[in-house]
Amino acid sequence: MAEKVGVYVCHCGSNIAGKVDVEDVAKWAGENVKDVAVSRDYKFMCSSLGQKLVEDDIKEHGLTRVVVAACSPHLHEKTFRRACSNAGLNPYLMEMTNIREHCSWVHKDRAAATEKARALVSASIERVKFQEPLEPMFVDVNRATLVIGGGIAGLQATLELADAGYPVYLVERQPSIGGHMAQFDKTFPTLDCSACILTPKMSEVGQHENVTLLTYAELEEVSGSVGSFKVKIRQKARHVVFDDCTGCGICVEKCPRKVLDTEFEAGMGNRKAIYMPFPQAVPRVPVIDTESCIWFERQKCRACEKLCPTNAIDFDQQDELIDIEVGNIIMATGWEPFDTRKIPQYGYGRLANVYTSLEFERLCNAAGPTNGKIVLRDGKTEPKSVAIVHCVGSRDERHNPYCSGVCCMAALKLGHLVVEKTDAEVYSFYIDMRTNQKNYEEFYQRLLGEGMRFVRGKVAEVTDAARKPSEQGKLIVQCEDTLVGRQQRYPVDMVILMGAIEPQRDAREMGLKCGISCSMDGWYTERHPKLDPVATMTDGIFVAGTCQGPKDIPASVAQGAAAAARVSGMITKGKVMIEPIVAKIDEEGCSGCRICNNMCPYNAIEYDAEAQVSRVITALCKGCGTCVSACPAGVISGAHFSDRQIFAQIQGALWDAWQPQDAASQDAETVPVSAP
Amino acid sequence: MKYAYYPGCSLEAGSAAYDKSVRAVLDQLGVELDELNDWNCCGATEYFSQNELVATSVIARNLALVDSEHDQLVAPCAACFLNLKKTDKLLAEHPAMKCQVDAALAAGGLSYKPGRVHVRHLLDILYTDVGPEAIKAKVVQPLSGLRVAPYYGCQIVRPLNGFDNPEYPMKLDEMFEWLGAEVVDYPVKAHCCGGHMTQISEPEAFELIRRLLQSADEYKADVILCMCPMCQLNLDAYQGRVNGHFGTSFKLPIVFFTQLLGVALGIDMKKLGFGKELVSAEPVIRSKLDGSSVGAGT
Amino acid sequence: MVADTHGAHRSKFLRDVIADTPDGEKIVHCLQCGSCGGSCPNGAEMDYTPRAIFAMIAADRREDVLTSNTMWQCVSCYFCTSRCPQDIPITEIMYSLKRMAIREGKARKSDAPALAKTFTDLVEKYGRSFEFGIASRYLLFNRPMSMLKSSGMGMSMFAKGRLALTPTRIKNVKQLQAIINKARELSQHD
Repeated sequence: MAEKVGVYVCHCGSNIAGKVDVEDVAKWAGENVKDVAVSRDYKFMCSSLGQKLVEDDIKEHGLTRVVVAACSPHLHEKTFRRACSNAGLNPYLMEMTNIREHCSWVHKDRAAATEKARALVSASIERVKFQEPLEPMFVDVNRATLVIGGGIAGLQATLELADAGYPVYLVERQPSIGGHMAQFDKTFPTLDCSACILTPKMSEVGQHENVTLLTYAELEEVSGSVGSFKVKIRQKARHVVFDDCTGCGICVEKCPRKVLDTEFEAGMGNRKAIYMPFPQAVPRVPVIDTESCIWFERQKCRACEKLCPTNAIDFDQQDELIDIEVGNIIMATGWEPFDTRKIPQYGYGRLANVYTSLEFERLCNAAGPTNGKIVLRDGKTEPKSVAIVHCVGSRDERHNPYCSGVCCMAALKLGHLVVEKTDAEVYSFYIDMRTNQKNYEEFYQRLLGEGMRFVRGKVAEVTDAARKPSEQGKLIVQCEDTLVGRQQRYPVDMVILMGAIEPQRDAREMGLKCGISCSMDGWYTERHPKLDPVATMTDGIFVAGTCQGPKDIPASVAQGAAAAARVSGMITKGKVMIEPIVAKIDEEGCSGCRICNNMCPYNAIEYDAEAQVSRVITALCKGCGTCVSACPAGVISGAHFSDRQIFAQIQGALWDAWQPQDAASQDAETVPVSAP
Repeated sequence: MKYAYYPGCSLEAGSAAYDKSVRAVLDQLGVELDELNDWNCCGATEYFSQNELVATSVIARNLALVDSEHDQLVAPCAACFLNLKKTDKLLAEHPAMKCQVDAALAAGGLSYKPGRVHVRHLLDILYTDVGPEAIKAKVVQPLSGLRVAPYYGCQIVRPLNGFDNPEYPMKLDEMFEWLGAEVVDYPVKAHCCGGHMTQISEPEAFELIRRLLQSADEYKADVILCMCPMCQLNLDAYQGRVNGHFGTSFKLPIVFFTQLLGVALGIDMKKLGFGKELVSAEPVIRSKLDGSSVGAGT
Repeated sequence: MVADTHGAHRSKFLRDVIADTPDGEKIVHCLQCGSCGGSCPNGAEMDYTPRAIFAMIAADRREDVLTSNTMWQCVSCYFCTSRCPQDIPITEIMYSLKRMAIREGKARKSDAPALAKTFTDLVEKYGRSFEFGIASRYLLFNRPMSMLKSSGMGMSMFAKGRLALTPTRIKNVKQLQAIINKARELSQHD
């Protein structure tokens, strides 16, 4: 029996209708394509009236298939599947055609775009006729959640979930949680002490009954899918037995090996070979840095072991792999600072008194290496003038084309600290001053009032090549004051580079492990940039904080809480729907060659040794189709993506070159594509 | 190792010392240089100021003249190097321009396929292809005690070099460390010498020259090493006039890097073109290197 | 939505500059950051910094730009090009502006066009350039006073054998001239 297809072409206001003659497409499909029973165009198909149109037609005309030509299925496939369900039609008998992102938005020529829309619609009509009713599957959601990254975003997400009564595993690669926020002195625009507002959250996480804290640990492997992920964590060897250590700190005090602390102190201070990154570290359990420990270097010393009152030192400790099971994962892996050496004309690493902003944060911090005194590298001279350079590695096609977003405000904050703590003159060299959150512009105004000087111009170079006596012994900042239109040179004592916020070096690799993707810049891609900012394209994996893009503390906290809310919702619901789009092996034809077993990226195929056939574990299968194309016997089929559906779709797209010969050839398992 | 060699007009007369020392040094290092037959002027910056198509066609003639025996063309002069390299890139990336240049070349019975000739600067050849081992092995007169200020200028490192940092190049620094010299790490080593400004507007040019001399002098350099004839001319020949203009008393010898490399390799100073510079280099080199044997070599 | 790259809304001058410069379309991405004006070794001597020039091009201030000294102060050091965060071929745009100023008879504030002409005339005659020929002809006709001042230096150069009095003529100068003539014909400019 022939199918009765309903076709609905959306104007999307002028988004589609501006470039595609949607009335023509609907009319053409109704008059020219076989089996089309109803064909309509409508201003906004996704509106409730649009949906009702589909529902009514299904009921009135007895439609057996539906094609909606509108936007991306990412946005509204669910909407129209629901409409079909409401009218009693299996939702998988509906096909969406993307004539917006794939057509109207990318073409200029109206006639050609309309022609293409016809082809896309025709392709969907031919395909939908071969679609089969499918029933969605449901799996239980494990109540535990994995949070990766113990910076402020990860801490917030952890606390929200733990406080709601759900178990959380928090994995952090550094020896302590806290992230970059722990390094800062003050926070803008309120000038709260960063540590004062952060450490209460840290200790809450450290003591929470629902939180399993795994610091100095790395994500190793993720398998499974939403609701039931299996995760392997590598607990790196601390060489301190976690449960025995009381955190007394004698080992750190007595360790004879001092090394430069390039992590927490950003190279501004030292630490010992056995260390806790900072006094308020959570947990208060040190680690031994095997790269610098005298014992690991030349089998001498063991001072820490001798002095430890609880015998907690273990030089033989090995990395340990921990297996956990969780229902959802929140990625909060944070950012890294731009390497300012990549811009040699700013002199970092060559000119002593050029600082990165993180170095300066440590310099300002009362708990930092100078106890908060702002002095030059000689350790004693207070600067008389300080230049703050914006956009170092940001808004620059040679490094990062994006705006790092937070540096303008951070520069104002650092400028304020200089004004507050010294008598120095402070200059800010900016391209555009970006202060567009609550109370940010007011902070800018405050600094204008405090006498910070603003020069609009990207700094060309920082040099010690003096041209006149007044420049001798100074760092000269050369730039164009673009508001004056002249090249200027500013001799200063200290230069602070506001380096860009960059993704973690291994963000892409970590993303691959969890099955989520990165943008070109290396930030994790959210499901929708506006309407679904913390979900990802992989169900059950969420993102929060700067791993999704540069942002400040309030925004990171908001995202951490938002991700936790999404996870809470999943746990409360208890079950999650899984798309029935999975592979199926016809056991009759399976030779048991096991080629598919190894090809499957999700380990979703098991081999039944007794029956000598392979079987798909439907709960794990993502319907990617790898096994379908790999099977030498051709006995694996992908639901919703059968050969017959795909060939029909191709033939539909080529409607003007191909005409169905007779019904018999359409029914064949594989329809040969005849050359026009 | 075998390269087509494009000396450029300046090396024929004004900077014959460069040409002489390049040939002597590469010969000593076993590198074969075959001078490009009937090469013409690259036009420096002057053709590009008038007519871009003529500029690229004039340069393309040289690329077209490279025979099938060679696929690498070496230029010692900064402007020649950049012009040859830039033209090859323009032709590869801009089909419409390539079409017109093809027609112009055809009028002279020539043709050129972009990318066929790999344009290299002399420093790149010495640093990368010959390399530290081969060079160190041939050093007979280490330059210890001599403070050299490597000067890169502009067009060798910007915008197209591909072998060194455009802001803070290091390759020449490293090479002279291989030779045992005390290398001066001064901040203006890739700044401008004034280029053709010495011909057009002296006050501006003199200021640019002064900045370089002053910085090298502050860092107590004995000599400045040049890689470009224009840089050498401006720093050397105009040094007296710059002193007159600013009331300074710089007396910095400006030599081509190949000249001093030749000294380290033990080549006779006469064969390296010493003596043509206006601020004499020989006395300081001889006194610092403390060798009656200096430059007496092979 | 895809940006309209036809640029009918752009100023005539901007379209001309883009058409005359390889990769010139990048100029529309200028952020007005001034890293060009800040980097230029001669920036302090310019009537307008390159950044200001780009704003003036967009605003169609053709006369102001082409009569300015900016492009003639350019020494082709490429610092601006190498530092421009938007990868705009700034030095090449300066060349375009020089060519346009000469073509439109607006180059007034510099002797550079005269030097360029002297230089290329010699190349067209001999196939090679030589300093003495350029210096003597150019200075004699353009800056006779300056010739006197630098004569001492010229004599020293001569004494050191660094000034050739006659140029080298390439063998196939006819071929070069044929190429130049054809290129000139195709470019429709002198």
